[in-house]
Amino acid sequence: MELTTIWFLLIAVLFTGYFILEGFDFGVGMLLPVLGRDDRERRVLINTIGPVWDGNEVWLITAGGAMFAAFPEWYATMFSGLYLPLLLILLALIARGVAFEYRHKRPEPSWKRRWDAAIFFGSLVPAVLWGVAFANILRGVPLDAQHEYVGGLLDLLNPYALLGGVTTAALFLTHGAVFIALKTVGEVRERAGKLAVRVGAVTALLAVAFLAWTLGIRSSTLAVALAAAAAVALIAGLAAARARREGWAFTGTAAAIGLAVATLFAALFPNVLPSTLDAAGTLTATNAASTPYTLKIMSWIAVVFTPIVLAYQGWTYWVFRKRIGVAHIPQH
Amino acid sequence: MDALDVARWQFGVTTVYHFLFVPLTIGLSVLVAILQTMWHRTGNERYLKLTKFYGKLFLINFAMGVVTGIVQEFQFGMNWSDYSRFVGDVFGAPLAIEALVAFFLESTFLGLWIFGWDRLPKRLHLASIWAAAIGSTLSAYFILAANSFMQNPVGYRINPDTGRAELTDFVALLTNKVALVTFPHTIASAFLVAGSLLVAVALWHLIRNRDSADTPTYRFAAKFGSWVTLIAAGAVVISGDIQGKIMTQVQPMKMAAAEGLYNTESPASFSVLTVGSLDGSREVFAIKIPYLLSYLGTGHLDGTVRGIDDLQAQYASQYGAGNYAPIIPVTYWSFRFMIAFGMAAAAIALLVLWTHRKGRTPSSKWLLRAGLVMPLLPLLASSFGWIFTEMGRQPWIVFGEMLTRNGVSRSVSLTEVLTSFTAFTLIYATLAVVEFKLLVRYAKGGVPDLTEQPENDDSHDDAERPLAFAY
Repeated sequence: MELTTIWFLLIAVLFTGYFILEGFDFGVGMLLPVLGRDDRERRVLINTIGPVWDGNEVWLITAGGAMFAAFPEWYATMFSGLYLPLLLILLALIARGVAFEYRHKRPEPSWKRRWDAAIFFGSLVPAVLWGVAFANILRGVPLDAQHEYVGGLLDLLNPYALLGGVTTAALFLTHGAVFIALKTVGEVRERAGKLAVRVGAVTALLAVAFLAWTLGIRSSTLAVALAAAAAVALIAGLAAARARREGWAFTGTAAAIGLAVATLFAALFPNVLPSTLDAAGTLTATNAASTPYTLKIMSWIAVVFTPIVLAYQGWTYWVFRKRIGVAHIPQH
Repeated sequence: MDALDVARWQFGVTTVYHFLFVPLTIGLSVLVAILQTMWHRTGNERYLKLTKFYGKLFLINFAMGVVTGIVQEFQFGMNWSDYSRFVGDVFGAPLAIEALVAFFLESTFLGLWIFGWDRLPKRLHLASIWAAAIGSTLSAYFILAANSFMQNPVGYRINPDTGRAELTDFVALLTNKVALVTFPHTIASAFLVAGSLLVAVALWHLIRNRDSADTPTYRFAAKFGSWVTLIAAGAVVISGDIQGKIMTQVQPMKMAAAEGLYNTESPASFSVLTVGSLDGSREVFAIKIPYLLSYLGTGHLDGTVRGIDDLQAQYASQYGAGNYAPIIPVTYWSFRFMIAFGMAAAAIALLVLWTHRKGRTPSSKWLLRAGLVMPLLPLLASSFGWIFTEMGRQPWIVFGEMLTRNGVSRSVSLTEVLTSFTAFTLIYATLAVVEFKLLVRYAKGGVPDLTEQPENDDSHDDAERPLAFAY
């Protein structure tokens, strides 16, 4: 396999990992005001992701760095072209990250309310905008022959991209509810389980519509197969949630998100950022790539370190595997 | 004002702001790890108290470092896309490696450390803070290697077909002599900040509440912090001295700009301060130390230091017409402020050690005041250091290869970059106030009373016991 293909796959894997992992973080954040009826319950929710959210976010930083190193043109055009959505995502991630750490640092209800709002909006905004961003990448954006973005903000807010945004938000919400049901005890767990089933039905409709539209724009045999598998995984996950098999439900939503992201990348390949104007403006895994020398070095580093990272990050989830409930939340 | 100006201001503001949190993350992670190791070795509760106390301050600061760091990585693509296209093949690699090798280590193990007090065996918990500290330090190396490429590009060639920089020697990139010397300089300055914070907080408690049962604990922290500050100051000076000589070789214009030296001189003197103009056009009042610039730049008292006019003429013939000198007052004063603020912190550390001699405990209100400004001094010093080294590279974004003005994103409008600059400035300013107040609040709170920690309560079984730490 060509090095450029390997790096296209690796970046797909990094974004897939990011959306599976931070997907439930975003879901937990969006559900904070819904499932957490008092401060202790909200703390239960936040603490389900407390030890892991930061490590999950590093998947994004690594994906960004890998794009920069392996496909500088893709990184440069995408980040400057999707300027305002990415700016909003950054602001949201700033507010949200600080909120997790600072919320419990003062006892005043007004203090906590403000950080709760930061967690809610800081999770909602990226959950929607990542969908908008990736839908636009798949659909293509106006690029001139020098691969320079020549559209405006309104070009990014097309109906397909907006459906993408609603879909990712719904998927992450369901994924988060399932995760909470898996990681908590007591009333929070009950409520989360019920909510997952209810929201899940709408999510499944949105996801199927979005994936079908995606395959209508561009497609391949692999993409069709992945999209079908994503739909099956989501429905199986929801059935498991209904049967209160929480581990399987989480496996289902995680697989559904992973397969949906994989569908986008499979449909995109070999392009990385198609142009809706001049075909010469389209960025591909070949014309956006770094030199073979850089890709080779980066491959060796990825081969050595990725398994190590996966091992210790997996171990972290094992260490914090126990469910928590209001009884576990200390007074101060 | 155009998009380029705003993009430059945004990079300056977000980078200096980000670097207010980085030194404490690097320095304090190691110091907290050392304190916890001392507790582990001796079983003395004093060290556990200090671990938990400074650990809390460390985490308040760490959160800000993380979230402002994401901006840094995105900003290259958003505001500097032509730069990213030009250097991506070279510059992207250390950034990607930094994330994969360092950031995962740092964030994952810090999560384990924060929440793992009762979940992990003691040894593993101690190893977690060390792993996080190593991650932070490693990240500094990779990002400094990337920055050093901008100062002194090595291990690359320019592809004649694409006009882009391409990596040809990865080892050369990572062993850039600028990176090798900037790394110890930066790490030492991080300990200057962290040591100063230890001292400031401990002094406040010592002088405000002399009869506290925790006085011996704070005495230890003040002395420990002072020693760290002094040793770090020594390392800053030694590494800075080597750095000056390398800079004179690879970026002679930056050295000339540090002094505002217009004419090549041998020997060259160093001015402590200059009153009047720095544009070389008229006589000014200055306090000068003869031979010092020659020594700083070359290691010889009578070494030749090339002047701005000379270098300007050389670069104009080499790279074409244009102004190749940075803004002299900025480089001149930032260089002096960096040195002065750093040395002032070391001086206070010395004073603190003196007031602790032979079992004494300081009580002076003046020492308290000096102690409270102490952590701000090395923070200012590192900010000015970065302003100096980045502004001193101008007009280049990659020295000798690409001008800053050619690196900016062509597709990003003035409105967009203004929106982004305003938004970051507002959210950063707000968070600065919040963070500072929290730090002060928790610093005033003092070391925890460990007897109040909930004991293992037999009425609960293990599954019901509250978490040792929760958000």
